[in-house]
Amino acid sequence: MAKVKSLADLKKIKEELHAKMDLREKSNDPEAQVQIKVGMATCGIASGAKEVMEFLIEATAKRGINSIVTQTGCMGYCYAEPTIEVTMPGKEPVVFGDVDLKKADEVIEKYIKQGELVDGIIPVNYKTIDNN
Amino acid sequence: MEKYKMHILICGGTGCRASASEAIQNNLQDALKAKGLEEEVQVVMTGCFGFCEKGPIVKILPDNTFYIEVKPEDAEEIIEEHIIKGRKVMRLLYTDPEKKEVVSDSKHMGFYKKQIRIALRNCGFINPENIDEYIATEGYAALGKCLTEMTPQSVINEIKDSGLRGRGGGGFPTGLKWEFASKNDADQKYVVCNADEGDPGAFMDRSILEGDPHSVLEAMAICGYTMGADKGVIYIRAEYPLAIERLKVAIAQAREYGLLGNDILGSGFNFDVEMRYGAGAFVCGEETALIHSMEGLRGEPTVKPPFPAESGYNGKPTNVNNVETFANIPVIINKGAGWFNKIGTEKSTGTKVFALAGKINNVGLIEVPMGTTLREVIYEIGGGIKDGKKFKAVQTGGPSGGCLTEKHLDTPIDFDNLLAVGSMMGSGGMIVMDEDDCMVSVAKFYLDFTVEESCGKCTPCRVGNKRLYELLDKITEGKGTKEDLDLLRNLSTVIKDTSLCGLGQTSPNPVLSTIENFYDEYIAHVEEHKCPSGQCKALMQYVIDPELCVGCTLCARNCPVDCIAGDRKEAHIIDTAKCIKCGACMEKCKFNAISIQ
Repeated sequence: MAKVKSLADLKKIKEELHAKMDLREKSNDPEAQVQIKVGMATCGIASGAKEVMEFLIEATAKRGINSIVTQTGCMGYCYAEPTIEVTMPGKEPVVFGDVDLKKADEVIEKYIKQGELVDGIIPVNYKTIDNN
Repeated sequence: MEKYKMHILICGGTGCRASASEAIQNNLQDALKAKGLEEEVQVVMTGCFGFCEKGPIVKILPDNTFYIEVKPEDAEEIIEEHIIKGRKVMRLLYTDPEKKEVVSDSKHMGFYKKQIRIALRNCGFINPENIDEYIATEGYAALGKCLTEMTPQSVINEIKDSGLRGRGGGGFPTGLKWEFASKNDADQKYVVCNADEGDPGAFMDRSILEGDPHSVLEAMAICGYTMGADKGVIYIRAEYPLAIERLKVAIAQAREYGLLGNDILGSGFNFDVEMRYGAGAFVCGEETALIHSMEGLRGEPTVKPPFPAESGYNGKPTNVNNVETFANIPVIINKGAGWFNKIGTEKSTGTKVFALAGKINNVGLIEVPMGTTLREVIYEIGGGIKDGKKFKAVQTGGPSGGCLTEKHLDTPIDFDNLLAVGSMMGSGGMIVMDEDDCMVSVAKFYLDFTVEESCGKCTPCRVGNKRLYELLDKITEGKGTKEDLDLLRNLSTVIKDTSLCGLGQTSPNPVLSTIENFYDEYIAHVEEHKCPSGQCKALMQYVIDPELCVGCTLCARNCPVDCIAGDRKEAHIIDTAKCIKCGACMEKCKFNAISIQ
């Protein structure tokens, strides 16, 4: 590593390194982020949840959306896999079913960016222990 | 650049490492490799998370899952279940002891809810051995700002406005201290970091150095800039090998990056840091004694003035600050004095780190805003008293502090309030005692420590503390009289008034505060020759209840001094003259026939 020669240099390095720590900083304040959970049980993975998750991580980062994408276990909607649960800051979670790449794109563009609901919402019939 | 989807953070503090956190790290990495996930999941060893009671801690991001008491063999299950299948490993999650509910992530744990982490901001968050992670989280930005955008005086003003006071125990305004040092002209000046953490039960400085060494280096450089010093020295006790190791790594990395050395960030400012190892003498936490020890002399305090700001290390102007004080500096510069002084109380701004120890559920390291009450700290963050016992006292400020009781629990913690109730902030040790603790023995324990640690230079401390100890010992032996209590009080006052340094001036505090707050207990010892908590061995007797004893002979066979007599199937008797009060018989008895009187 070359020497850091000026404050501008330091700032540049910081910018470069920022992506590495981004995930950790966001985790410090999860409530301020768009939280997306992807169902990654056997049924989800078989239906392509892994690809969807990767797409969500990359697409939200590219489009400048502060998000935390995590995986979760089977949500119980095996008939509609892959399923994702999206929690906008300060709002109730919304679950979308049959999320392929196209649908994921639609969720980002319409629901996350503009707050419009899209087809495929599954009424939530569970509570998680996190929401106490 | 690689971008990981998940981060697994493992505590690499001394406590968790002792419980095999390195093996956990290796196993996690192996398991990830076996599944071909090493490109997707990053494993990082960080500093202390503070929740030492339940270590080793493994935290998974981004969902903040907080696994406790993890063993190396759990690694595979964590990867298999959590990372691959997305199911949390329930058995490793923390269960709230009161609500009996499993808490899945750190954001919902009572232990973390009330905390504001400034000095500990990077502990349990970054890899302390990687300067890149520090830089990515605003590291060295404060130094850069000072060197390029601020004059030394404006930096001092910022620190003064922040209201930051010395966290080592003195509570002296840091900005003022820096100003004194800056005003004394000399060809050479020094910045010294006091990392000689000596209070029994306190480990905040060690944790900061282990978890975030760069923050201290950065702050020392900022201090050097304000006072015109180009040399920094960290005086650290040799008993902190891991902190020393991490500091060494940090210093080497900072030099490599040019953040220590000559012409830092092209500003023309030079600063470098070296380390001196202390042998762990308590008195060397006092700044003049510390400086003498650094010079290779005996670690004895000298009269102030001259203050180190005029004549310190090698007779040159020197500024000594504690580790935690330094750790606050970069944040104050980055976020501004106005941000900092809104936290805490009017005269004690910011936060304070406390090391919770003793009979408390959540032993560990916490950081709370000044003004938080003792009750909040002990019950909400600390999770209350162990085994559902009753709270009796809390000792703040280490061996020099006082024991506070139930009636003080709603005192908001700050420098002045603690002094007003007869204790002190000290470096932030907080030892909680329950109903089983004898306060005379507690006072004796602390005196034992101060007698051992007194440097011997001045008579009141050297001889006086020894006499205090002997009086307390006499009382716990059941030979004390009521006059001894007056003598204890008088002698304590004399020692406080006539000792040279902080050690002697505060060492009688545990005696005075326990006499004040637990007078009845002292009276029970000297008048009834009884120890109400059953701790003073000389004042108790083991007796066998003949009604309950069935004559199984188990106690007699386990007595190491053969003082229990009795035939098979007959009630046994303990010869109290021969009994050494080890308690082995009581432990072995299956019929609860043996009790203490």
